Amino acid sequence: MISLTSEVRTPYHSWPAGRKLLGLCLFTVAVFYLEQSVAALLVMGAVACAYLVAGRRFARQGLRLIRPVFWVSLIIMTYHVLTRDIEAGLLVCMRLATAVAAANLVTLTTALEDMLDVMERLMARLFISPKIRRRIALSVTLVIRFIPELTRKGGTLIEAWRARSTKKFSWKLLLPFALLALDDAEQVAEALKARGGVE
Amino acid sequence: MERNLTQIALFAALIAALGLIPKFTLPLGVPITGQSLGIMLAGTVLGAKRGALAVILFLGLVALGLPLLAGGRGGLGVFSGVTAGFLFGWVVAAYVTGLLAEMWAGKGGWIAPAIASAIGGILVLYPIGIIGMYLKLDATLMGLTLSMGPFIPGDLIKCVLAGLITQGLRKARPGLVAG
Repeated sequence: MISLTSEVRTPYHSWPAGRKLLGLCLFTVAVFYLEQSVAALLVMGAVACAYLVAGRRFARQGLRLIRPVFWVSLIIMTYHVLTRDIEAGLLVCMRLATAVAAANLVTLTTALEDMLDVMERLMARLFISPKIRRRIALSVTLVIRFIPELTRKGGTLIEAWRARSTKKFSWKLLLPFALLALDDAEQVAEALKARGGVE
Repeated sequence: MERNLTQIALFAALIAALGLIPKFTLPLGVPITGQSLGIMLAGTVLGAKRGALAVILFLGLVALGLPLLAGGRGGLGVFSGVTAGFLFGWVVAAYVTGLLAEMWAGKGGWIAPAIASAIGGILVLYPIGIIGMYLKLDATLMGLTLSMGPFIPGDLIKCVLAGLITQGLRKARPGLVAG
């Protein structure tokens, strides 16, 4: 299962994940309080520089991740141009783009294993019992393991359908697809029980 | 216990896999995307608690950086975006759908789970999503609510699909379906 972490090594990759996440929370709250367009533009520029410092390839990956925000901003600006409140529209778009870009920066520079470590330590700090932490860890592993598996089986269903139909896809495939998930869950549960259960 | 855990995990995987189905168009040009159907099914098949946990697990993995949302989106950025309210609303939607499905378990053919999906997946989800958008954007609540109009027909179709699929699963695997 491929995560969104960038393969381009940046200085931010070696920063501790916990501190990056805490910094991101504080930064996102602070962005929400930006009221001046100039200040918002400067902060957005700083986040853009943070991407460029890591190289053009990394910056392009960041641009790709933030693409949905461009389309949303277009809709927002259209509305604000029609209501003749362009500055408010620009402020909303800049705040949105800044918050999303900062969050994406953390995602691109933090490995999945490091995120899982932070989650594990946070759960320990919140006094969540080791039993529940083990179950959560097992669930995460199962999902990561079974997404490609279910996707592959779903693909096989679609191919079998296309071999027998002129249509590319039908809603009727959704029932056997959901059945696959239920049946896989049963088999994995049996396998877990055979190995001593979850506890 | 093992079955609860594996069903929660496999349904989280199902929600992710449904995000990979390309948008398909029903007659009359109604677009259907798979992922919110997965949320409804998590509620109708697993029930309130396990359905909500499946969605929380799915969102947790999205937050960890996996590109599981439709279109290959993921990471922490989506929780700062305009539709973040809908993501959090998915948990409540699955819970409410599951609660109603459990209440009407085994009754009403496909109609009961379809109504449960409509109440959870539309009546409960949309206000949460709209409030999320309102907090992010400088727009009126009424304007945002009206802008959601085009999505309702597709979601109603998804509720019917959720009902039919749940009824089919009930027949195929009696005892495994909560709704």
